[in-house]
Amino acid sequence: MNLATHYPVLQVVIPMLLAPLTMLMPSRLLAWLIATATSLCAFAIAIAITQLVLAGDVGAYPLGGWPAPFGIELRVDALSALLLLLISGASSAALLAGYQSLAQDIDAQRANLFFAAWLLALAGLCGIVVAGDAFNIFVFMEISSLASYILVAASSDRRALPAVFKYLVMGTIGATFYLIGVGLLYIMTGTLNLADLTARIPEVTNQTPIFMAAGFISVGLALKAAIFPLHAWLPNTYSFAPHAVTAFLAACSTKVALYVFLRVDFFVFQGALSGHGAQFAGYLMPMAVAAILFGSAIAIREPLVKRLFAWSSVAQVGYIALGASLLSHTGLSAALLHMFNHALAKGAIFLAIIVLAMRAGGVSIEHLKGLGRQHPVLGIAFTIAGLSLIGIPGTAGFISKWFLIQAILEHPQWSLPLLIIVLASSLMAVVYVAKVAESLFFQHAETQRQPLPLMPMTIVVIASAANIAFGLAPQLPVEIANAAASLLLEQTL
Amino acid sequence: MIVLELFHYWVFSVLMLMGFYTVIAKHNYIKKLLGLSLFQSAVFLLFIGIGKVEGGTTPILNTSIGADVFSNPLPQVLILTAIVVGISTSALGLAIVIRIKEAYGSIEEDDIQDEDSSA
Repeated sequence: MNLATHYPVLQVVIPMLLAPLTMLMPSRLLAWLIATATSLCAFAIAIAITQLVLAGDVGAYPLGGWPAPFGIELRVDALSALLLLLISGASSAALLAGYQSLAQDIDAQRANLFFAAWLLALAGLCGIVVAGDAFNIFVFMEISSLASYILVAASSDRRALPAVFKYLVMGTIGATFYLIGVGLLYIMTGTLNLADLTARIPEVTNQTPIFMAAGFISVGLALKAAIFPLHAWLPNTYSFAPHAVTAFLAACSTKVALYVFLRVDFFVFQGALSGHGAQFAGYLMPMAVAAILFGSAIAIREPLVKRLFAWSSVAQVGYIALGASLLSHTGLSAALLHMFNHALAKGAIFLAIIVLAMRAGGVSIEHLKGLGRQHPVLGIAFTIAGLSLIGIPGTAGFISKWFLIQAILEHPQWSLPLLIIVLASSLMAVVYVAKVAESLFFQHAETQRQPLPLMPMTIVVIASAANIAFGLAPQLPVEIANAAASLLLEQTL
Repeated sequence: MIVLELFHYWVFSVLMLMGFYTVIAKHNYIKKLLGLSLFQSAVFLLFIGIGKVEGGTTPILNTSIGADVFSNPLPQVLILTAIVVGISTSALGLAIVIRIKEAYGSIEEDDIQDEDSSA
């Protein structure tokens, strides 16, 4: 047994074990150093796992040597590798860029607890992605959710508290719905292992409890993923959380819920329930379309920059859901690519907001006046991320929009209305990104220019450079997304 | 008697809907949390109920007892974990309510919305 075979479990165990150690640290700096080192370590493992997956080298990892379906199994494939990269990358970038900003929000005595909660959130999110059975997904989902409630509640803005309460109530309802669905599946099949469920559901197919289970699981996860109209918790949570936490959560928390949504619906139900595909698409597509239009429209009218981009996230989740609801290989590739590219774009935007907020003293559009003129590098980095969000050619966002449009064109009966919707929403994205850019570049600042902190700036520049790099050379994410889409469609009849 | 046969599913459904209704309809944060706990407990009952096997005994492998029918221990083990999750959620929720009370001086959703929209 060499080390490489243990990567899936190390991905979860390292942050989980280091969280208590972080809690014992006497100072903010030490706690931050451990958290950042752990997060970077997780990122390195994620890269190693991705390489192994692309070489076709990784499969099931039986915990403690007990074979599935009796033992607990971890499972890593292309789909999980994509998500692992996102989670650990977002966490590392947000931690590196967020030190000074978090110091303003969180007092020194509690910083160690905050960073411990951060590592637990990281461990939970990674755990969801590597877990191979339905119940462990639930447990990891709750670990990551409880930890992220703490992260959001650490904000110095009191409006974060009602927001996080709403997040807690809705998140718990979503997770409990999922648990009910898992319970019904267990009643009918006697197993919780996802691979085993796939094999056993055909024996009991087309019975009411299985349909109920599919319904409960899909609705619960849609709540967690903030698919319209179940997005009510998202805008305020993102707006009032500490800036670094927003950068972390906006890049990956809804994506992970979408991952479970796709995995359970396509792996477990798609091949076993007759008519599941049609039902899945029939419910998801209208919701996705509504999310795209509604999210973008509200984002245009929103004066708070963080809330503006939170509403834009509601719309972007809609794009991902739209790609998935087309049920084709191209559609799923587009959905998965958009998960990756949207995380890049939105991550870069919220990272830039960390730095902007440190200089502006607030995050409404008024506060940002002229900051782009004072700090051209920051302004340009922000704008590049914004262009990627719109989907301008040459940026990462364009690649996934291109795939999405190709997938739409494969369905001639839907293509015209859907194309108009995607186009309209992209135009609305132009409006809201331009609104922020206008304030950054074409207004005069009221304050004196102050130098920007070096470390956060470096991260912002790297993140927005990544948007261009993956826009010009998208082979890697495209390859992973294609492999993952093939995996998802394997079970389809 | 179909109702009695499915008794434990009825208990689950009624409790779950009572909890769910409380979460949605009540505007007091503590009442919402109580509803949430009830909602979760109902799901615990669903799981624990399905582990019972008619005539089954405690699932300890001991040949001297001579039993050959055992209850299914797995749902109980799962629910032990879920109960811990439920307790943590309630505890965290209550902690947040305390901080809301400190920051706003109220735990009624309507008061807090009024205060935020006037600020």
